[in-house]
Amino acid sequence: MSADGEGDARWFDDAAGPVVRPYAMTRGRTRSAAEGKLDLIAVVVADSVNHMPVADQTLSPEHIDIVELSRDSPQSVAELAAELDLPVGVVRVLIGDLLHAALIRVSRPVPPAELPDERILREVINGLRAL
Amino acid sequence: MVYGHSDMGRSHVVDPITLKILVAGGFGAGKTTLVGAVSEIKPLRTEELLSEAGRPVDDIAGVEAKTTTTVAMDFGRITLREDLVLYLFGTPGQDRFWFLWDELATGALGAVVLADTRRLEDCFAAVDYFERRGIAFTVAVNCFQGANRYPEDAVRDALDLDPGTPVILCDARERESVKSVLISVVEHAMMASAARR
Repeated sequence: MSADGEGDARWFDDAAGPVVRPYAMTRGRTRSAAEGKLDLIAVVVADSVNHMPVADQTLSPEHIDIVELSRDSPQSVAELAAELDLPVGVVRVLIGDLLHAALIRVSRPVPPAELPDERILREVINGLRAL
Repeated sequence: MVYGHSDMGRSHVVDPITLKILVAGGFGAGKTTLVGAVSEIKPLRTEELLSEAGRPVDDIAGVEAKTTTTVAMDFGRITLREDLVLYLFGTPGQDRFWFLWDELATGALGAVVLADTRRLEDCFAAVDYFERRGIAFTVAVNCFQGANRYPEDAVRDALDLDPGTPVILCDARERESVKSVLISVVEHAMMASAARR
């Protein structure tokens, strides 16, 4: 809140919070069947150009945003949440819908409990040194 | 050519391998600064869980200059190669957000515990958390102005670290310094996994 707005009981714009409550976008759903594969660094890819999700009346503007963002370049779940300014939980549900509709695919990160193999770790070290 | 340029380019893109390193440490220890020093994007924030209303209960003794609380996960990205991307996630700086840690820690390559020698006790919980879960971590002592400098061994003793755990003095604002911290985490993770095999 801006300094001159302090002490003022009325809220304007950003200070008032989102016009639509985040979980209204998921129609109240807080979980997705796909949740297990939607780690923060799982990568969402929309590579089919044949689908025109804009024409799909069941999709919300946020669904369409996700498809469009991940069509430009693969996006991690965390990046999509930050970009859309939505809680990660909401974005996971929306991604789950899109997966179900086959509008996107998700490539899973290295399985938890397993470290990536030594070759990849060496590449990471070399990559960091070269930065 | 039948296909447009974008179609052709798109179909040859390899899905990147994504990895994550966590950056833990007490409130005001410099986690977001560290992420920002190496990230190719301005650190992004995924979720705002704490509103302004939560601020008065934060204990800011010794870190008075900090005005905002990292309430959720600030993260940055380093594209090492087109198909190899490293994400750095700052963990929530307050104990009441422990429930978020399990999700963050799952599948993490390793972690940085950023220590402020003025409030070393703030990183006990993080050290304990990573030790219990067998996650490789490096303790990076952020050399703040106005804070006394202690040798690595003093910090190691104070935190009661395992002998193999690296302790590095760093400046979280300096890219080169943060790079060496991250390299140390990955090297440590590699050794730890080799020892397990």
